[in-house]
Amino acid sequence: MNISDKLKSNPAALWSAVVLIACALVALPFVLAMAGTTWVRVTNLAILFTLLALGLNIVVGFAGLLDLGYIAFYGVGAYTYALLASPQFNLHLPFWIILPIGALTACVFGVLLGAPTLKLRGDYLAIVTLGFGEIVRIFFNNLSQPVNITNGPQGISRIDPISIGNFSFNGSEVILGINFSGPVKYYYLLLLVLIAVIVINLRLEDSRIGRAWQAIREDEIAAAAMGINTTRIKLLAFAMGASFGGVAGGMFAAMQGFISPDSFVLVESVMVLSMVVLGGMGNIWGVIVGALLLSFVPELLRHTVDPLQRSLFGRLIVEPEVVRMLLFGLALMLMMLFRPAGLWPSKVRRRELAEK
Amino acid sequence: MNRSRIFTLCGAMVLLLSGCGKEEPPAPKAAAPEMIVKIGHAAPLTGGIAHLGKDNENGARLAIQEANARGIMIDGKKVRFEMLAEDDEEKPDRGPIIAQKFIDAKVAGVVGHLNSGVSIPASTVYAQAGIPMVTGSSTNPKLTEQGLKNVFRTVGRDDQQGPAIASYLASEYKPKLVAIIDDATAYGEGLGNEVEKTLTVAGVKVLPREKGSKDTRDWKAVLTKIKGKKPDAVFYGGMDATAGPLLKQGRELGIKVVFAFGDGACTNTMKDLAGDAAEGFVCSQAGIPVQAANPKFLTDYKARFNTEPIQYSPFTYDGTHLLIAAMQKANSAEPAKYLPELAKISYDGATGKIEFDEKGDRKNAEMTIFMMKSGKIEPLAIITGGASVKYEDFVKAAAAAAAPAVAAAAPAAPATPEKK
Amino acid sequence: MDTFLQQIINGLTLGSVYAVVALGYTMVYGIIQLINFAHGEVVMIGAMVAFTVIGWLAANTTLPPLLIVLIGTLAAIPACVAVGYALEIFAYRRLRNAPRLAPLITAIGASIVLQQLAMMIWSRNPLGFPQIIPNTVYHIEGATITLIQIAIIATSVLLMAGLTFVVYRTRLGVAMRAASQNAQIAGLMGVNVNQIIAATFMLGAALAAVAGVMVGTYYGIAHYTMGSLLGLKAFCAAVLGGIGNLAGAMLGGMLLGLVEALGAGYIGDLTNNVFGSNYQDVFAFLVLIAVLVLRPSGLLGERIGERA
Repeated sequence: MNISDKLKSNPAALWSAVVLIACALVALPFVLAMAGTTWVRVTNLAILFTLLALGLNIVVGFAGLLDLGYIAFYGVGAYTYALLASPQFNLHLPFWIILPIGALTACVFGVLLGAPTLKLRGDYLAIVTLGFGEIVRIFFNNLSQPVNITNGPQGISRIDPISIGNFSFNGSEVILGINFSGPVKYYYLLLLVLIAVIVINLRLEDSRIGRAWQAIREDEIAAAAMGINTTRIKLLAFAMGASFGGVAGGMFAAMQGFISPDSFVLVESVMVLSMVVLGGMGNIWGVIVGALLLSFVPELLRHTVDPLQRSLFGRLIVEPEVVRMLLFGLALMLMMLFRPAGLWPSKVRRRELAEK
Repeated sequence: MNRSRIFTLCGAMVLLLSGCGKEEPPAPKAAAPEMIVKIGHAAPLTGGIAHLGKDNENGARLAIQEANARGIMIDGKKVRFEMLAEDDEEKPDRGPIIAQKFIDAKVAGVVGHLNSGVSIPASTVYAQAGIPMVTGSSTNPKLTEQGLKNVFRTVGRDDQQGPAIASYLASEYKPKLVAIIDDATAYGEGLGNEVEKTLTVAGVKVLPREKGSKDTRDWKAVLTKIKGKKPDAVFYGGMDATAGPLLKQGRELGIKVVFAFGDGACTNTMKDLAGDAAEGFVCSQAGIPVQAANPKFLTDYKARFNTEPIQYSPFTYDGTHLLIAAMQKANSAEPAKYLPELAKISYDGATGKIEFDEKGDRKNAEMTIFMMKSGKIEPLAIITGGASVKYEDFVKAAAAAAAPAVAAAAPAAPATPEKK
Repeated sequence: MDTFLQQIINGLTLGSVYAVVALGYTMVYGIIQLINFAHGEVVMIGAMVAFTVIGWLAANTTLPPLLIVLIGTLAAIPACVAVGYALEIFAYRRLRNAPRLAPLITAIGASIVLQQLAMMIWSRNPLGFPQIIPNTVYHIEGATITLIQIAIIATSVLLMAGLTFVVYRTRLGVAMRAASQNAQIAGLMGVNVNQIIAATFMLGAALAAVAGVMVGTYYGIAHYTMGSLLGLKAFCAAVLGGIGNLAGAMLGGMLLGLVEALGAGYIGDLTNNVFGSNYQDVFAFLVLIAVLVLRPSGLLGERIGERA
C-alpha cells in the first residue's frame, strides 16, 4: 500500500483525503436518490451486510475459525429488538437500551456456540456451526408453542422504528429546507454505526487480542506455547463476532418493521461468508469491498439486464431474472478464480501465498 | 486509491443508470393524447416456488394485455398499460427494495407480492407512498391487520379458508380424530391452526401437530407415526410440491383415510406428483371456480402462455383488472384519486364477485371445495357464510339468476348438510 | 413394534440415499481436501436427465419398465460425469493451491449457474417423476416395504461394495489412495495426479447420477432446487462418519437417515408433545454435534494433524 504509506507521511494529504471521503459519504444518499430512492435502500441493506461481514471476519478472518451459522446472531439481535419493541409483548423500550441488550444476547449465544466446539477444526467446525445456525432458526420458527414467544413462522410485525425523543427514523421530514426520506435518515445512522465498527475492528486488529487471534490462526499449538490462553481467546472471537451480528440484526428489525425466520436461513450465512472470502479474509477493507460488491451486483443486474436486452435485441430474449442469477453465479466464480486470495487480501496472507 | 476508484465506478454506474431510467418513456406522439400507466408485479421468479411466481405474473400480464386491447380511456386520454415485473426471491429484505423501485418508477399500483412474509414489509413502503397494492396470494391475516388503507387481497385469508375446508371435512366425513401436518411456513402453519380451531369447536379431536419444511420430500417417518394413532382424516397445510410426495407416501404406508389440503395443494400438479394415489383427496380454494365464473380465462391463458394456469393466476388476474377498473371509475390513474374507488369496488372477476371490507380483505368470500377425480380437480361444493352448496346446484342457480346467485342458491339446496 | 420396524425401514431407505451422495463428497475430500459444495446440483442434473429419458421412453416405446429405468440411469451417468468433470476443470483446478475457502465460493457460483441452467431446460415446475415401476407393497410384521425401497437399499449396498472394490483392488484405486496420501510423491511415482483427481470427480458424479434416479423414483418428484438440501444433508452425513473415509460415509448416511426417522417418530411421544416432529432437524443436528464433540474427527475419521 504505497499510497497509504505516502498519506501517512503527509498529514495534510491524509486529512484532505478524509474530508473528501466524508463529504462524499454525506452527499451519497442524495446522489443515489437522483437515480431512485431504491438505491438508498439497497445501500442501507449493503451497510447492514457489511456490518455482518465485519463481524464474521473476526471469527473467520482473524481467528481462522470457519463459521457457517453466523446468520443466527443476526437473527438473535433482530428477535431481541422485535420482542422488546413491538406489540408482541407490548414492550416499547427505546433503541439505545435494546441494541446493547441485543448485542449482549448475541454475545452469550456466541459463547454458547464457541464453548463446545473449541476442540473442533476446519470442516468439522463448519458443520457444527451450520447445525447451530439451523437449530436457532428452528427455535425461532417453533417457539409459538407451548408458550408464544416468537410467533413462529408468522413473524413479528409492527416493530417500532428507531427514534430519539420525537425524532423518528421512519417517514420523511424536512430539515433545514432539505427533504430527508426515511431511508436517507437510516443511511446516516447506519453510516455512523459502520464507522464505529470499522474503528473498533481496526483497533482490535492491532491489539494484543488481534495478534493473539492471528497467532491461533497460523498455529494453535505454537500460540499456546507462547502463553496465549487459546480457550479464552477463541471464545472472545466468537463473542465479539456475534455481538456485531446482534447489532446489525437489531437495526434490521427496526428498519424492516417485520421479521420472520425466513430472513435467517442458511443461504444468508453462506452469503455473508462469501463476502468475507471474496473481499479478502482478514483484511477489513477487503471485507468491506466484498460485502458492498455482493450486495450491489445483484441489484445492478436487476436494473440493467432488462433494458440491456431490449436495447441489444429490441425485446426480451431470456427472462431477466434468469440472466441475473446466471451472471451473478458466473461473477462469483470468475472473481474467485482470478483473485484466489480475495479481491483485497490482507498483507499477512499475501506474504504466506508468496512463500508457497 | 482502490477505494476512490470504486466510488468513481459506482458514481459512473449510477449516472449511467439514471440516464437509462430517463430514456425509458418512448418519444411522445404529439398528435394522439396517449397516457402510459405503469403497474408493478412482484413475486419470486427464482428459487423453490418460482413456478408459482411466474404463474402469478402471467395472470397479471394477461389482464394488462386485455386492458390494452380494449383501449381504455381515462381522463380523455387513451391509456397504454405497462407492466414492470420483478423477482423478489421470496426474501423479506428484498420486499422494501422492490417496493421502492416501483415507487421510483412511478407505478400507479402494484399487484403482489406472493409470500406474506415479503408482502408485509413491502406494504408499509407502499403505504408511505400511498400506492395501492393488491395481492393475489398472500393469505396471512396480519397483512391486512396493520391498519393500512392501501392493502387489498383477492385471495381468502387463512382464517376464511381454514374454517371452510375444516367444516366440510367435519360434516362430510364425520371424523372423530384428525391428524394435522404443516410445512412450518407462515402459510402452512397459519392454515393448520385455523383448521384445528374449527375442528376443535366442532368437537373433533386433533392429534398433536406434525411438521416438515417447505423442502421436505420424505414424510414417511411422520406418516408412520400418524398411522400408529389411527386418525380418520389427515389435513396438510403446504404447497403441492411437498403435498404430492406426502400423499403418495401416505398411501404407500397403507393410510386409507381421506387427505385434505388447502389451496396451496389444490392443483392438477398433484396428479403428476402423487400418481394414482392422488385420486379422491379434497382441497379448498378461495372464490368460485374459474370454470364457472370465467371459463374464457382458462382458454386465453393457455393460448397466451402455452401452459395451464397453475394456482393463483386467476387472483392476480382479477387483482390487475380491479386496479384498472378503479382507475376507470375514478377517471384517473393517480393513486390518491382512485384508491377510494378501489376500496368500494364491486367487480365480477374470474374468481367470482369481489368486494372489499374495511380492512381490504375480500368480503364474505366464497370458498370452493374440490376433489381429485380421475386426474383433475373438480369442484364439489361452494361454501358461503358457513353453508355449503353442491356445485351442480350452484351452477344451476347461477344460470337461473345471474347476479345474486349465491344468496339464492343457499336455501335452494336443502340436501347439503350444514355445520358452522 | 410394527411402528418401530416401519421407522427403521424408513430410516434405512433415506440413509441409503444419503450414503450414496455422501460417498461423492467424501471421495473428493479424501483426495484433495476439498468440499465439493456443488455436488447436490450434480444429483439434481442426474434426476432431471433421467426424468426426460424415462418419460420419453415410457411414452414412445413398449420396453419393460425396469429396462427403461436402467436406460434412464445409464443416460444420466454420462451427463453427470460431464458436469463433474466440468466442475473440476472450471471451478476447482485453478484453485488447488489457493486458500482453503476459495473453492467454496466457486462452488456456490457453480451451484447457482447449474440451477439456473436446469431451470431454463426443465422449467420452474415441480415435475412428476414417471412412476413406471409397479410399486408393489410387501408386508412384514405389520410394517410395509415397497419394491422401490428394496431396490434403493440393494442398489446402494451394491454401489458401496463396487466402490470399495475399485478403491482397494484396482490400479485406479491404488493411484487414488497414493494421490490422497501425498500428491507430489504420487506424481513422482508415475501417477498422473490431475487425471486421477478428474477421475475421482467423475466417479463421484456417476454415483450422484444413480442417487438422482433413486430420489426421483422414490419421492416421485424432480425439481431444479432439489439438490441443495439433499447435498447439505449428505455432507453432514459424510462429516458425521468422518469425511474422507468411505466406510464412514456409508455409516454416517445410514445413521443420519435413522436418526431423522426415529427423531420425527418419537420425539413427540418422549417429550409429551412439548417438542414434536418440528424439532426433528434439531435432534439430528444435536446428535451430529454430540458425536463431533466426543469424536472431533467423526465416527471413523482418522485423527487429523494440527496443521490439517
